[in-house]
Amino acid sequence: MNAIRVRPPSVQQPAPPRRSLRRRRLIGLAALAAALLLAVLASIAIGTKVIPVNEVFSALVAPTGSENDVVIRSLRIPRTLLGLLVGIALGLAGALVQGFTRNPLGDPGLLGVNAGAAFFVVIGIYVFGVSTLFGYVWFAFAGALVASVVVFAIGTRAPGGATPVSLALAGAAVSFLLQAGTSSMVLLDETSLDAYRFWVVGSLAGRDAAVGGQVVWFILVGTVLALASAPALNALSLGDDVATSLGHSVRRTRVVGVVAITLLAGAATAACGPIAFLGLIVPHVVRVFTGPDHRWLLPAAGLAGAVVLLLADVVGRVVARPGELQVGIVIALIGGPFFIALVRRRKLGAV
Amino acid sequence: MSTLTDPDTGPRSTVVVPGRRAVRAGRFSGVLRVRTAVVLLVCAVALVLAAAVNMGRGDYPIAITDVLATLFGGGDAGQQLVVLELRLPRTLVGALVGGALAVSGAILQAVARNPLASPDIIGVQWGASAAAVFIIVLGGGAAGVGGAFASLGIPLAALIGGLVASVAVYVLAWRKGIQGFRLVLIGIGIQALLVAAVQWLLTVAQIYQAAQAQVWLNGSLNARSWNEVVPLSIAMLVLVPAALVLVHLLGALRFDDDTARGLGVRVNGARTALLLVSVGLASVATAAAGPIAFIALVTPQIARRLCRVGTPPIGVSLVLGAALTVLSDLIARTALGSVELPVGIVTAVLGAPFLLYLLARTRQEARR
Repeated sequence: MNAIRVRPPSVQQPAPPRRSLRRRRLIGLAALAAALLLAVLASIAIGTKVIPVNEVFSALVAPTGSENDVVIRSLRIPRTLLGLLVGIALGLAGALVQGFTRNPLGDPGLLGVNAGAAFFVVIGIYVFGVSTLFGYVWFAFAGALVASVVVFAIGTRAPGGATPVSLALAGAAVSFLLQAGTSSMVLLDETSLDAYRFWVVGSLAGRDAAVGGQVVWFILVGTVLALASAPALNALSLGDDVATSLGHSVRRTRVVGVVAITLLAGAATAACGPIAFLGLIVPHVVRVFTGPDHRWLLPAAGLAGAVVLLLADVVGRVVARPGELQVGIVIALIGGPFFIALVRRRKLGAV
Repeated sequence: MSTLTDPDTGPRSTVVVPGRRAVRAGRFSGVLRVRTAVVLLVCAVALVLAAAVNMGRGDYPIAITDVLATLFGGGDAGQQLVVLELRLPRTLVGALVGGALAVSGAILQAVARNPLASPDIIGVQWGASAAAVFIIVLGGGAAGVGGAFASLGIPLAALIGGLVASVAVYVLAWRKGIQGFRLVLIGIGIQALLVAAVQWLLTVAQIYQAAQAQVWLNGSLNARSWNEVVPLSIAMLVLVPAALVLVHLLGALRFDDDTARGLGVRVNGARTALLLVSVGLASVATAAAGPIAFIALVTPQIARRLCRVGTPPIGVSLVLGAALTVLSDLIARTALGSVELPVGIVTAVLGAPFLLYLLARTRQEARR
């Protein structure tokens, strides 16, 4: 252990890691980038409609307006870009939640984002008669925002401030209340139920480029905030007192973190519906090579989130031809067993 | 804030216990706690009152005195039909289900050493839900194995689903023994799979099937009759005494495993037996009325605080859970006039503030 030399916070850096660790991180990041490139290509080339590779290539470089060209350029490319954005957002949000709450089971849904989005979407359908995916986005985003602000406000009022336990309890209570409201509305109104049951699964299908355009700025701002809070997260992982003595404002860091999580998870949920489990698992996977340093962990989690989401989407398009399996379901089916194996293999978060 | 009488700190608290009278019967002995006995009595009175009011309210109102008279053989033909054939069985199902869920939760929270554990954590409720929704959605058009499964009917399928899911959680969580926290983690993984299955089934369903499934998923006592009362009663007659016999192990399991072994408890065997009882109770309750939220989570904690004891008391949880469920059903039936809500929505709305109360009280450090 190196002694901690206290410098002004702005230039404070931990001691440089050992060479082997740095090499492992670089190799890991390079592998992730390569996997992401492959996932993007797969997402463009493979789909419900079988299109030969040479035609995919010609659609990308020299489109002629044939049916296949239209499918690729107006359906698959926007869908891929949206998947990329949402995957990055969910991966980052998961890593942020786990970092801020110091809870290995942290999940973007912990702040009530999903329940809030669902509640507002159903209000949009039931009260305002909204029926387009484009219309859901703002309702979902507002709901995510309101829920996480309420959860954070309640959580910080608890004795001892926003501890992991108080946030989890506040999130659970608010989520349950919102779910009760959502359930009541869909029970009273079959039209709402009909729309809600497809929204709640989480899917990339049927979103046009406009949906991506609506959420891209929120995700960009959230990403910048997330990456900027990496050094502060490293200090927080040593405990609040240590972080304070290193010159970080714990309060300000937490507020920035909640804003970033809300923007990322809220935008992702608004665009695609609630996709559970991705944000929970991805950070655990990338920690294997990044270690606990958030300056590496956050970018890696973002990339890995995009890889998993895009690949799961491709799987969902292929397994149920001519139909599709929604990406949220594919992620649970792949992620559930993976998570169980992870728990059995290591002492994950054991006391 | 004095921590001296804080139940949250468990064995570390230094509450002075005055000499209590021991009750002995052969090999068994216990301590007579006056406070617990009083709480039990109050809960029982509350249950009877809630049940009587519940049987009197509705489209065909009957005065409480008439309800009681009808129960003891009086009343006119109309009252007899409404009370004995419709409202009494429904109220009984509510009471039995609530009691079963509360006892199940009490045992589970003690075993997992986590005041927020409830049967949905160990897969029971989502396993039952997946099976029930499977029947509702594919019951008509399923073939082969699915068709054979569909002929079981929803309650039996839900029972099997709950048991299968919880066995899966248990087996996967076993590594040189059962450890509470690992059980919860595995439960989360299995739950994710089952939730995805339920959501997928809801997207492939016809809309009227989806609506039916949605009612079931919220936990409902609508149209419950003597058909549910009989099997529930039989299951409770077996499982509740088993819980009461095994409950003396819970006290030892509050300590760490080595201490419990030192006290002569076979830790893994005790946990397995207790989990079996807990899963059995949660399964029969869910099979009868669907996954009613919060009763299993909240009741044991309320009971523990009322009695001021360290582990959730089984007997008080049983009666209190029954009373809370009957009361919630009364609200669910009558709150919105002619529209009836599933009882689970009411329990969720009533339960959430309790979580916030726990939040205000929590002084434990997080599990890292």
